[in-house]
Amino acid sequence: MSLRIVVCVKYVPDATGDRHFAEDLTVDRDDVDGLLSELDEYAVEQALQIKEAADGEAEITVLTVGPEDAKDALRKALSMGADKAVHVEDDDLHGTDVMGTSLVLAKAVEKTGYDLVIAGMASTDGTMGVLPAILAERLGVPQVTLLSEVSVADGVVKGRRDGDTASEQLEASLPAVVSVTDQSGEARYPSFKGIMAAKKKPVESLDLDDLDIDAEEVGLEGAWTKVDSAAERPARTAGTIVKDEGEGGKQLAEFLAGQKFI
Amino acid sequence: MAEVLVYVDHVDGAVRKPTLELLTLARRLGEPVAVALGAGAEATAATLAEHGAVKVLTADAPEFADYLVVPKVDALQAAYDAVSPVAVLVPSSAEGKEIAARLAVRVESGIITDAIDLEAGDEGPVATQSVFAAAFTTKSRISKGTPVITVKPNSAPVEAAPAAGAVEALAVSFSAQATGTKVTARTPRESTGRPELTEAAIVVSGGRGVNGAENFAIIEALADSLGAAVGASRAAVDAGWYPHSNQVGQTGKSVSPQLYIASGISGAIQHRAGMQTSKTIVAVNKDAEAPIFDLVDYGVVGDLFEVVPQLTEEVKARKG
Ligand SMILES: Cc1cc2nc3c(=O)[nH]c(=O)nc-3n(C[C@H](O)[C@H](O)[C@H](O)COP(=O)(O)OP(=O)(O)OC[C@H]3O[C@@H](n4cnc5c(N)ncnc54)[C@H](O)[C@@H]3O)c2cc1C
Ligand SMILES: Cc1cc2nc3c(=O)[nH]c(=O)nc-3n(C[C@H](O)[C@H](O)[C@H](O)COP(=O)(O)OP(=O)(O)OC[C@H]3O[C@@H](n4cnc5c(N)ncnc54)[C@H](O)[C@@H]3O)c2cc1C
Repeated sequence: MSLRIVVCVKYVPDATGDRHFAEDLTVDRDDVDGLLSELDEYAVEQALQIKEAADGEAEITVLTVGPEDAKDALRKALSMGADKAVHVEDDDLHGTDVMGTSLVLAKAVEKTGYDLVIAGMASTDGTMGVLPAILAERLGVPQVTLLSEVSVADGVVKGRRDGDTASEQLEASLPAVVSVTDQSGEARYPSFKGIMAAKKKPVESLDLDDLDIDAEEVGLEGAWTKVDSAAERPARTAGTIVKDEGEGGKQLAEFLAGQKFI
Repeated sequence: MAEVLVYVDHVDGAVRKPTLELLTLARRLGEPVAVALGAGAEATAATLAEHGAVKVLTADAPEFADYLVVPKVDALQAAYDAVSPVAVLVPSSAEGKEIAARLAVRVESGIITDAIDLEAGDEGPVATQSVFAAAFTTKSRISKGTPVITVKPNSAPVEAAPAAGAVEALAVSFSAQATGTKVTARTPRESTGRPELTEAAIVVSGGRGVNGAENFAIIEALADSLGAAVGASRAAVDAGWYPHSNQVGQTGKSVSPQLYIASGISGAIQHRAGMQTSKTIVAVNKDAEAPIFDLVDYGVVGDLFEVVPQLTEEVKARKG
């Protein structure tokens, strides 16, 4: 039987752009270009490698919850080689927090059908790094998260998790939720052929009704967290910059001593 | 008085510093009740009591070491049910965040991750977060359920505040999911004898400019003269010059020391995301246009192979 892989990908504002908040204290998505979160490219890459290792006996669906433009993220993943896409889009989703997002993703994953869910280690905007664990909790399946190495065979997923104090080898039966780090292997670039093929691949759109979710459960109103204020960090006062003319190390030591670090 | 659950991060009974910082923050919200799990849990009690824990709930079972994350969630939930806390605080380690998040789903509470400060507010704790690579500071709170908040290292001072710290055994019954993900092998990280990167007061980092694994000895020598931890940029890590566990930045460790010294690092946004909240920032870079100089309190435009060894000698001389 063919392995059903769902890859969760997020559409995020470009980190090298001038990111800021809108008046309602949600992320301003109009002023900054969006893209497929770079860390989710690693998830797509691992899905492709798992499919290749299974001699193509797998189907990869990429899934996003996000506004209209989030289709760009899906197209990128399709052009890398994913087979089809699911886009959950609904005006009532504006301002959803992690509990709401994970609810929507869990329902969408179940509706799509899956043996393996693969996510990135963290988004590059919210950077919470918790969504995969929450998804596993909601789906009631094992979490095999933060892997720098992953493989699937005979209905078992194995991987290596490099933690703070130890490196661990993990193992779980499918179905399972996996997340991969940026140590898992460089993501491939879409080929011209891949880009052309992506245009013909199916993108299914779902809204909250399709997933049996009430508008009150998500969005800014339904969020279980509330942002009260967002302030730009004051610009650092310009520091002292010296050119090394043979005494640079000593001058730096003088500065550090003045600050009582030595 | 209201009780606040504090999840204890420890290694065989040695409490890690971020947990002691959490106790300082917890006391602003109520009386800290600590939850210590796994081998050596009871040995944490004396330190936790010294820093304000009124009670220490402990549990040990093979499940905590043999399976990933979920057994600890089961135990934290047991503590939650026993105490009915007004808030749950967990250190923002990768594992800590996952434990907190799963607990939050189970008890139907909102979650805030990576807080850098915490105050009592009229409608519950107010958390400060530093977001978008530290370009913005937000204040948030939890509007549903019992606040579950994870807090970054170096967010509060460690303060002695002796309390009873009575040890109580926590009864835990493991859920069906607890044994879902087996840990089949574990290789402990070798200690370098240097301070822990995320906890260090001073961090000395090297980047692509260091130009080779062997040259990291120059960075290490400076670190050792200052009693500092060693960090690295992703470029240096990807080149294999230094272990990934020392990477500073968005996908590495996030550090917030008193002093951060960057050598041969350009200061890309993803690197800045992990060090921009450092109190004092110093850089050595031969390119006067490097973006890192926008952040520095003191910068030297020069060759790190000249400047860094001279600095190390000077530090040693001054320290005598
Ligand atoms: C600066 C900032 C701070 C925030 N802080 C909080 C907070 O403290 N608490 C809170 O509840 N919410 C918070 N949010 C909102 C939260 O980021 C979103 O709800 C979000 O989609 C889930 O969290 P994350 O992006 O941090 O995901 P992470 O947990 O970092 O994401 C891990 C992986 O989950 C998958 N994923 C995440 N979002 C989606 C998506 N929309 N579609 C498909 N896959 C996805 C991706 O594979 C991703 O790599 C914050 C948002 C921002 C911009
Ligand atoms: C999703 C994502 C996540 C990322 N996460 C991280 C992360 O966690 N951490 C991280 O660091 N990066 C991260 N990066 C990579 C980041 O974008 C940069 O590529 C990286 O930080 C560059 O490292 P560097 O500054 O060492 O190298 P470079 O940018 O190449 O800079 C080297 C600097 O050294 C200087 N130099 C060279 N020789 C000398 C000399 N002899 N003396 C003095 N100066 C010298 C040069 O002038 C230059 O400024 C991430 C990227 C992405 C896309």
